[in-house]
Amino acid sequence: MTTRSASRRALRVVGGLAVAALTLSGCSSDDSGSSDDSGDSSRKADSGSSSDKLSGTVTVFAAASLKESFHALGKTFEKQHPGTRVTFNFGGSDALAASITSGAPADVFAAASPKTMKTVTDHKDAKGTPATFVRNQLEIATLPGNPKKIKSLKDLTRSGTKVALCAEEVPCGAAARKALDAGHLELTPVSYEQDVKGALTKVELKEVDASVVYKTDVKAAGGKVAGVEFPESAKALNDYPIVPLKNAPNAKAATAFVDLVQSARGQKVLSGAGFLKP
Amino acid sequence: MTTEATEATGTTGEAAERLSGGPRPRRTVRRTRAGVPVPLLLPALGGFAFLVLPLVALLLRAPWSGLSEQLTSAAVWQALRLSLITATAATAVALVLGVPLAWVLARARFPGRGLVRALVTLPLVLPPVVGGVALLLALGRNGVVGRWLDSAFGITLPFTTTGVVVAEAFVAMPFLVISVEGTLRAADPRYEEAATTLGASRFTAFRRVTLPLIAPGVAAGAVLAWARALGEFGATITFAGNFPGRTQTMPLSVYLALQSDPAAAIALSLVLLAVSVTVLAGLRDRWMAAS
Repeated sequence: MTTRSASRRALRVVGGLAVAALTLSGCSSDDSGSSDDSGDSSRKADSGSSSDKLSGTVTVFAAASLKESFHALGKTFEKQHPGTRVTFNFGGSDALAASITSGAPADVFAAASPKTMKTVTDHKDAKGTPATFVRNQLEIATLPGNPKKIKSLKDLTRSGTKVALCAEEVPCGAAARKALDAGHLELTPVSYEQDVKGALTKVELKEVDASVVYKTDVKAAGGKVAGVEFPESAKALNDYPIVPLKNAPNAKAATAFVDLVQSARGQKVLSGAGFLKP
Repeated sequence: MTTEATEATGTTGEAAERLSGGPRPRRTVRRTRAGVPVPLLLPALGGFAFLVLPLVALLLRAPWSGLSEQLTSAAVWQALRLSLITATAATAVALVLGVPLAWVLARARFPGRGLVRALVTLPLVLPPVVGGVALLLALGRNGVVGRWLDSAFGITLPFTTTGVVVAEAFVAMPFLVISVEGTLRAADPRYEEAATTLGASRFTAFRRVTLPLIAPGVAAGAVLAWARALGEFGATITFAGNFPGRTQTMPLSVYLALQSDPAAAIALSLVLLAVSVTVLAGLRDRWMAAS
């Protein structure tokens, strides 16, 4: 489709401008430095030697649901490699994929679904093959104490129940759609949120009665929401792929961060947050 | 742009120089033929290019070949219709509430007027998303006022079309108030006073004398408010959420489309651009009269 490629080009121009702006504002990173790679990597970096010197900034684009666990892993990474800084861009996986394919300067992409990752690999922006590092299961988030007595996915379809779902472009929205289809349920939400945290926030603010989010989000919200498990969620598990990016400004550090996420230590943080083993 | 004016001053300037006794040894800034000093001309051109280039790019990159099918999709018209309806409703709300408010600010004397004016214009400078959050905390189902609205009348504003109108009016009304207040200050209050001495009540004087007097200013303010409401994104998505046909206005669908179908996003942007240009062109005369 010619229109597609034309608009892609347009987006690339926009992306290029964004890159330029970011570079000007000091978001650049240099690949020289001196610190010893002492991470407990489960797999060797496929490029460098065993003593990779890491420094500079690592920019990680990650699905909104990874916020809490990746923040913790970022701190770990900075401790392991003094002189590095990990910056995050959390959002809906589809929006992140779109900004990567239009040239945003990212080192690592962690998506909440293979489909959104495919956008990036199809565009030849990934370095190597994405690896699934965790899985996530849906759960209903409702008001503390569950005043609406929501016990199943079907209860969300009752009239007078306000529900926020993720937009279907976003992995949590696609998964929710899958779960609803598995239960043969029709559900009209009041809003299609841009990412899973948006859907969760609407419950925290008590603006809706419930939303369909991930187990990890319910856990991260602490006592602000109550979680309700439902059997259909087993039919809509999400795989989370992660990959270093081809045009990474800081390629070595990108690989090291991916290694950390897949290492025993990284996996421990992720399971602690409620993610399932791949 | 008043090129004639600059041309005139330029030539008269040169003429004056020639009349004042030939070439005096003093350094002058080189001027172009039109009489615009070069140090001003270059940044002026830069500024013009900066404002126009993005729009030109939008036109250049537009998927003209597939545009017709993009624009005939029901989703586009749904969003556009919703946008036009809500922006117009928000402007109506702003007129009903904003014109009296502007009159009070311009004509009434009361302590703390400066503070009131500052508060009224705050949404102008407030980031729209912050406005949306504030609206949510005030009028949401769990909000300060919203809780009471919900329990007493069963009215909930978030996630409804009314919520979109509320969000747009909140952001757009200050434009109208500022514009009308400025016109009122410039208008001569003696006409109103004359009307009242002839036996008209203050309200009759306002209705029959003041309003016709400031009509161009009100129109200009209304256009500004309408355009601002049409482009509203942050407060809308925060307060009213995103649901096709109910709260998904054009800016929201442009933003969403950019992530899944960039060509559609460009097509939608063109529609919004066309609407804005049409409105500006259609109201230019009143616009000029107001300024």
